[in-house]
Amino acid sequence: MRREVPLVICFLLGALFIADYFISNPTFDRIAQTINQWAIIVISFAYVLGVANIARINTGVIKRREKDWVFKLVLLFGLLLMVILGIGWGIREGTVFYWVYMNAYYPMQATMFALLAFFIASAAFRAFRIRSWEAGLLAITAIAVMIGRVPVGEAVWKNFPNFTEWIMDAPQMAAKRAIMIGAALGAISTGLKVLTGLERTYLGGD
Amino acid sequence: MISYFILNIPSAIPWFDFNRINVLITLAVFFCFLLYFIGRAKKGKSLFIRRIAGLDAIEEAVGRATEMGRPILYIPGIEDMDNIQTVASMIILGNVAKMAATYETPLIVPICRPFVVPVAEESVQQGYLAAGKPDAYDKNSVRYISDEQFAYTAGVNGIMLRERPAANLMFGSFFAESLLMAETGFSTGAIQVAGTANIHQLPFFVVACDYTIIGEELYAVSAYLSKEPKLLGTLKGSDLAKLVIMIILVLGAILITANILWFKNWFFVQ
Repeated sequence: MRREVPLVICFLLGALFIADYFISNPTFDRIAQTINQWAIIVISFAYVLGVANIARINTGVIKRREKDWVFKLVLLFGLLLMVILGIGWGIREGTVFYWVYMNAYYPMQATMFALLAFFIASAAFRAFRIRSWEAGLLAITAIAVMIGRVPVGEAVWKNFPNFTEWIMDAPQMAAKRAIMIGAALGAISTGLKVLTGLERTYLGGD
Repeated sequence: MISYFILNIPSAIPWFDFNRINVLITLAVFFCFLLYFIGRAKKGKSLFIRRIAGLDAIEEAVGRATEMGRPILYIPGIEDMDNIQTVASMIILGNVAKMAATYETPLIVPICRPFVVPVAEESVQQGYLAAGKPDAYDKNSVRYISDEQFAYTAGVNGIMLRERPAANLMFGSFFAESLLMAETGFSTGAIQVAGTANIHQLPFFVVACDYTIIGEELYAVSAYLSKEPKLLGTLKGSDLAKLVIMIILVLGAILITANILWFKNWFFVQ
């Protein structure tokens, strides 16, 4: 029963949402939306599991004084601080929570995003080493697209931007759509496997 | 006249939206393909699946981590369980956990969404059970990091730099953090295998990782690794559907060139 009940629930609810796409009756739509809201409520309980997971793992590291245990202490302090500030004084603009979020977390997020520029440069340096004809074609196409995207491209040749657009709209788009079609079919296949119970790994052990 | 008729079927029956009948027919045909090949697989007919280098590399990566005595890092993407790529990633995680258990290699699974935590724990535990080593399962191997994209990325990068995993396996839905994680992993010298159906991140994985699994191959991993006939059958069904789509595309292009539009219009989804 431990495996059969979840499989039946999965199949019935999956079939319900597939049917919702084809059934235009407002009552049926309301049923589907209600069940969707139930799912959101259940998912929100998972945050308790997440916090418990963080607390369990990091307090274990702190107790055992493993390497960098001080940073785990900072992590737990930050978690506790934001929970207390959020629950105690709210999260709207003007609250301490909002101030900490915008002045501590937001700049750190921007810093991480900014690292992308340097990582793209290092990745591109490795990617454009011409060791085969495919790599050569990649490098030439990438350089053509980069030049076509900046004003100097149009200065060199007035149709450079149009040529770049053609590369993006024709061969690149064709390849992208081919991958998208394959991925979409794979996604449908996986979804059907899960709904029909062919794929049960996510349920856990017997 | 035919196209006018097809596009203007009134929804007389309030329960069924006839404007979407083309989607239902397509889905039904696809399902029939899957059932046909599953039936063939059940009868014992062997189904050829081409070799996918990236999937063979998963076992190679696990073996390398075992030889070096360093852990495996498995990153299941940043989306929640409502994303089919995360579901596929959890399936792959079960197979990877079984390999890790067999070779007695530590496994670290950082998670971005709390709802994925219990699913990942079950998948890993199931893997250890399947390998016959349930006592070796470490429940601290699955770690919830953060819901926030770049906080999660910072946490994963920290794990890579501190714990120095020998193998980084990244399967699931990724966005801007893909290159940050892949480049950090590259700098630590780990062997990296990545797979995603988010095409905008594929170039970054191709550049930074040793092996990349592209789009549909992500959904084929489970069938490829387990070699279970029913799963292989669904793979063949998808391949037949792709062939039919290619024929439809060529036919559609020819008909549109001849200014015959009803064929193209039939596939229009309202």
